[in-house]
Amino acid sequence: MLYFTKIKIITIILITLIFTYLSFSNIFKFDDNFLKNKINLGLDLQGGSYLLLEIDNQPIISQTLQNKLIDIKKTFKDKSILVKNFFIENNKINFESEKVFVEEIEQIFSDKESDLNPYFEKFKTHQYIVENNNNFFSLSLSDYGIVLLNSSSLDQAVEIVRRRVDESGTNEPNILKRGNNRILVELPGLDDPARIKSLLGKTANLTFQFVSSTGSDGFGTETLKFDNDLDEATVSKRIILNGDNLIDAKPRMDTQSNETIVSFTLDRVGAKKFGRATTENVGKQLAIILDGKIISAPSIREPIVGGSGQISGNFTFQSATDLALLLRSGALPAPMNIIEERSVGPDLGKDSIKAGIISLIVGFSLVVLFMVYKYRIFGLIANLALLTNLFLLLGVLTMFGATLTLPGIAGIILTVGMAVDANVLIFERIKEEIKNESNKIIAFDSGYIKSRTAIIDANITTLIAASILFLMGSGPIKGFSVTLGIGILTTLFSVYFIARLLSSIYVKSNKDKEKLL
Amino acid sequence: MNNIRFNKYYKKFGFLSVILVIISLSLLSFKGLNYGVDFKGGTLIEIRLDISDHSVSKVRDVFSKSNLPNLTVKNFGNDKDYLIKFQKQNLGNPEYINNLKNEVSKSFPDINFRRVENVGPKVSSELLKSSIIAISLSLAAMLFYIWIRFEWQFSLGAIVALFHDVIITLGIFSLLSLEINLSIVAAVLTIVGYSMNDTVVIYDRVRDNLKKYSDIDIFDLSNRSINETLSRTILTSLTTLLALLSIFFLGGEILRGFSFAMIMGVIIGTYSSIYIANPILVRLNVNHDTLVKKDEEKN
Repeated sequence: MLYFTKIKIITIILITLIFTYLSFSNIFKFDDNFLKNKINLGLDLQGGSYLLLEIDNQPIISQTLQNKLIDIKKTFKDKSILVKNFFIENNKINFESEKVFVEEIEQIFSDKESDLNPYFEKFKTHQYIVENNNNFFSLSLSDYGIVLLNSSSLDQAVEIVRRRVDESGTNEPNILKRGNNRILVELPGLDDPARIKSLLGKTANLTFQFVSSTGSDGFGTETLKFDNDLDEATVSKRIILNGDNLIDAKPRMDTQSNETIVSFTLDRVGAKKFGRATTENVGKQLAIILDGKIISAPSIREPIVGGSGQISGNFTFQSATDLALLLRSGALPAPMNIIEERSVGPDLGKDSIKAGIISLIVGFSLVVLFMVYKYRIFGLIANLALLTNLFLLLGVLTMFGATLTLPGIAGIILTVGMAVDANVLIFERIKEEIKNESNKIIAFDSGYIKSRTAIIDANITTLIAASILFLMGSGPIKGFSVTLGIGILTTLFSVYFIARLLSSIYVKSNKDKEKLL
Repeated sequence: MNNIRFNKYYKKFGFLSVILVIISLSLLSFKGLNYGVDFKGGTLIEIRLDISDHSVSKVRDVFSKSNLPNLTVKNFGNDKDYLIKFQKQNLGNPEYINNLKNEVSKSFPDINFRRVENVGPKVSSELLKSSIIAISLSLAAMLFYIWIRFEWQFSLGAIVALFHDVIITLGIFSLLSLEINLSIVAAVLTIVGYSMNDTVVIYDRVRDNLKKYSDIDIFDLSNRSINETLSRTILTSLTTLLALLSIFFLGGEILRGFSFAMIMGVIIGTYSSIYIANPILVRLNVNHDTLVKKDEEKN
């Protein structure tokens, strides 16, 4: 165990130097950085916000079923199949038919090429599960149908969230999908996420609907509240135009009324629709509705045909800017809720870094002093290995561009405390071996060999704990598991290569010394 | 070499441990754990007041104006920092924390919001579930590893020692009403690894000695093995404790619970690898033949 070939020695030194260099590149700015990576500070250290959003897909499911129901009715009508009592309950479409049609209906739903099964061609599975019980049919979305629905709404939502966060001017936001209906938003440096939260909390579904004066209309009416929650108005359910046709929106100062407004530009289709509707309805009130609330309901004084218009309604400059931003970035496919929020101010982050570094230095010094006191020259060797271990650990973290969190720093300090374990095990074993073996080199050799299984076993158990933390944990805890896990690997390297190399050099030149260890 | 008669006290300490485990279990089932916002849901706010005249009761008065359910206020680390917790989760209204901040700022113009955590009920119950799974999974993984590496008597001993450590550590948290959050779970998992580590080193020596000496019975042999590895056990525990104490005293308030759990865990883990893991080998009457038979079976 004490023999090293030249190649091995060179490799060990080289690896050590590379990682030490990498770890230093975090502190000093090297121009010739051959690896651009750096250790990133977690949100708990640099300050920032973490938001976990959950999409509520129920409205989309209801809408999908509603659309399906219309399709089904149409298909049956075309084929002259008599069905009745359509209703949707608990996310199931139910209907009743007569016995003679049962077979044909089942045939339609299982037919791979039927218009009712548009998904089959692509995914080789049905979007709906059809149950038939004494002529009562009930259709529900299959698991696959739901997964598909969730994932498409998640994709859309991530895109919209990204646009909104980007437009709000946040630095280096991190937006990730989590599971099948969640989005994680990390906002480094932003310790008060109030504005982002209010931007993300809105679906931003914009519609233009006429205020109904008669209270009845061919499309039905609904009564909606104004934004101030006090007044309400009855509007037609007919949607003249929605946010999809918007291509731009900007906050603006109206020179005449001295009011902040939001001006918008429509695409060609939108402009045409808007032009026609306003031409036919001069004098009527057009309600501008955002997420089920009326922002304002101005009267149409003249046809608006240019494809641009403006929204007024008690805006401050900030709220007009935000509304414009929401309209530009588009509507979310479904409402979202913020289900977890964590934010850390920059000065707490700084305090944490300071406390972390101080306790690392103190912990390291205590361990180092203790080892020198206990093992003298071999204590120094163990300490040298420990110091290298620290650089290796930081170097590996740098190489992977890992994120350092406060628990991560705790993991490094803990590694320092536990890293000497392997050397202690070896030294203690060597002490025992020296008692029965006059040849110091052989005693050292067998000390290393005999302690090996215990060291490997002991480290693997900690590695198991670290891996489970890595798999199950999130954020800061993941940072802890990463430093703890990598720490074990660098510890083994520093013990078996660096400390062993140094011991072998020392033992070979001092083998005749009476008390070696 | 040391020659301390650890085995003289096997029974006494075994009895002590049984009592401690029973006390811990009854604390856990009757008093329960003090779950933090991570697991219970709710809101946590850490503030710093530099200039304003302030005290715990003053801060409580200001916050209670906003009608917050289960409001608790305490000093956090020093007399300028306060930790405020309450149950309201109102995540549906994104303006709500902002409104609260504005409201409180009226009374304390110099207030500095250092940290805000708001965990919804769904997330908190998921975090609790995944933490329980993580701890169970790690115990199972340890059991499996030891079962592969050692004979079944050893794995039983190691697992009993592990449960002993985890239960008593949690019992202490229950007794002192210390908060259980995600970092405590990380600490418990690390304790599992550490305690195992300690037990494995002694067991490794027991196994060596069992092969070497066929005439010493396990009662004395385990004592011999403990003594042979004792200086290592003490040294490693000491260096680990030095590092942990440094985190505990200097690492800031956020890491205090974590380092406290680890310190307890290291002490209990060191104790249990001597006084739980070994007596079980004695109980199970492990002897020279246990190993030899297994080797023969292999061949």
